[in-house]
Amino acid sequence: MRAVRLAVTAIGLIAAWQALVWATGVPRFILPGPDLVAARLWTDAALLAHHAMYTGLEIVLGLILGVVLGASAALALTGSGAARRWLLPVLVVSQAVPVFALAPLLVLWLGYGLASKVAMATLIIFFPVATAFYDGLRRTEPGWLDLARTMGASPAAVLRHVRLPAALPAFASGVRVAAAVAPIGAVVGEWVGASAGLGYLMLHANGRLQTDLMFAALFVLAVMALALWALVDRLCRALVPWQSDTVHSEDAPKEVSR
Amino acid sequence: MQDAPAAPVAAAPDEFMPARPAAAIRGARLRFGGTPLFDGLDLDLPAGTVTCLLGPSGVGKTTLLRLLAGLAEPEPPTLVERTGPVAWMAQQDLLMSWLGVLDNVLLGARLRGEPRTPALVERARGLLARVGLAGREGDRPAALSGGMRQRVALARTLMEDRPIVLMDEPFSGLDAITRLRLQDLAVELLAGRTVLLVTHDPLEALRLGDRVLVLTGSPARLSAPLEPPGAKPRAPDDPALLGLQGRLLRALAEAAA
Repeated sequence: MRAVRLAVTAIGLIAAWQALVWATGVPRFILPGPDLVAARLWTDAALLAHHAMYTGLEIVLGLILGVVLGASAALALTGSGAARRWLLPVLVVSQAVPVFALAPLLVLWLGYGLASKVAMATLIIFFPVATAFYDGLRRTEPGWLDLARTMGASPAAVLRHVRLPAALPAFASGVRVAAAVAPIGAVVGEWVGASAGLGYLMLHANGRLQTDLMFAALFVLAVMALALWALVDRLCRALVPWQSDTVHSEDAPKEVSR
Repeated sequence: MQDAPAAPVAAAPDEFMPARPAAAIRGARLRFGGTPLFDGLDLDLPAGTVTCLLGPSGVGKTTLLRLLAGLAEPEPPTLVERTGPVAWMAQQDLLMSWLGVLDNVLLGARLRGEPRTPALVERARGLLARVGLAGREGDRPAALSGGMRQRVALARTLMEDRPIVLMDEPFSGLDAITRLRLQDLAVELLAGRTVLLVTHDPLEALRLGDRVLVLTGSPARLSAPLEPPGAKPRAPDDPALLGLQGRLLRALAEAAA
C-alpha cells in the first residue's frame, strides 16, 4: 500500500513537471523535461557514478568522524567538570560562526581533495550529535540516579549502566539529524572548490548550460541522501530496540508508571 | 561503598542490645525554601518491625525517608543512624527500560560490578516467581502492566537483601485489587526486616504496619505511634481496622484544615 502511494506520488510529480514544460515551452537549458533528465541518467551513468562515489565517500567519512567526535565531546563534557567549564562556552560560541563561511578556508587549508569536504561535513555533523547526546546524558531520570546511589554504584558504573543507555535515544536523534545534514556539508564543500563529486559536477554542468545533467546529478544526490537516512534510521532503531514504538517522542526515555 | 555518605552515620554498636532501633533520625532539622520543614524531629525504626508513616502531602514524609536513605542532605545537628545498609523502593517503579525483567532485578549486582553467579541468577528467578512473574524474565518493562512493573520493583528491592527497607508510596499508582495483592505479598516477603513505609493511604498503613505514625504540622511533628491489633496483613474489612481508619482520616483532615 505504501509502495503504491509512493509510486502514485512520483508519477504525479513527474506528470506535472512534464505538463509544465509542455505548457510553457521553456527552453531545455532553463527547465529540461523529465525525459531529457532520464536520458542523461542513462547515457551519463558512468560519469554520475564516478562523481557520486566521491560525494558518497565524503558524506560517509564525515558522518563517521562527526559522530565519533560529537559523542566523545558529549562524554568528555559529562565526565569532567573541567571540560564543562572550558569546552562548553567554546562550543556554544563556535556555533555563532556560520559553518558555510568556513568552506573557502577549509579548501585553502586542506586542498581541493577529499579532506576539505570531509572536514566540512564533520563540522556540520559534530554539533547536533554532541548537543543531543550531552543533553541526553545530563537529563537522566533523577529516580534512576537515586536508585543507583542506594545500591552503592560508583560514578563510573552509573555512567556506564544508567546514564549512557538512558541517553542512547537522544544520541540516536542526534545521529538522525546528522545523517540529514551530512550531504549538505559535502556538497557545499564541493561548490567552493573541488575536482570531483556531484556538487562539482552540478557547478560544472551549470556553467555549460547542461541543465539536464545538473538535474540528473541532483536526482542522484537526493537518492543517496534518502538511502543514507533510511540506513541510519535503521541502525538507530537497532541501537535502541526498547524504543521502537516511540522513536519520535522527545521525552521517551522517562519511564514513569502512571 | 555500601552507603551513600550523606549524614554522620553512627558506628554499628553492640548488636546484642535488643531495644536498640535498627535505624533512627535524631534532631532532624531541614529548611525548605526558608520555612522549616523539620526542627528537632526524632524517628525510631524498631528492629524487625514495619513502621508506616502517614501525613498530608508536602509535610515532609518523602524527605524524611530520603534522609534515612542517604539521598537528602540533612542540616546539622541532624544525626542519621543506621545499623545496616538500606534498600530503597520509590513510588515509580524505576525499571531500566533497556534491561529485561531479570536484568532489572539483578541491577544492584550489575551496578556494583559483582559477578553474575548462577546462584545470584537463581535467587532472582526465585524472587520473580514469588511475585508471580515466572516466565517473564526476558520481557522488557514496556511489555508489562503497571502492577507487574511494581512487582518487578519489589523483587529488585528484595534482591538487595538489606536489613532495612525504605518504601516511598510503593503501591500508590495501582488499582485497588492489585494494591491489596501486592500489600499481602510485601508483608510475606518483608518479614523480619526493618521497614519504613511512607503512604497516604490510612488503610494501607493499618493493614501493613506494626506501628502507624502520623506526620503533621510545620515544622512537622510525629504523632504517638498507633499499634493496630492482629497479625499482618490485616483484613481490609476488619471492623477494628475500619474504626482506626476513621480516626486516622479525622486526624489527617484536621491537620490539613
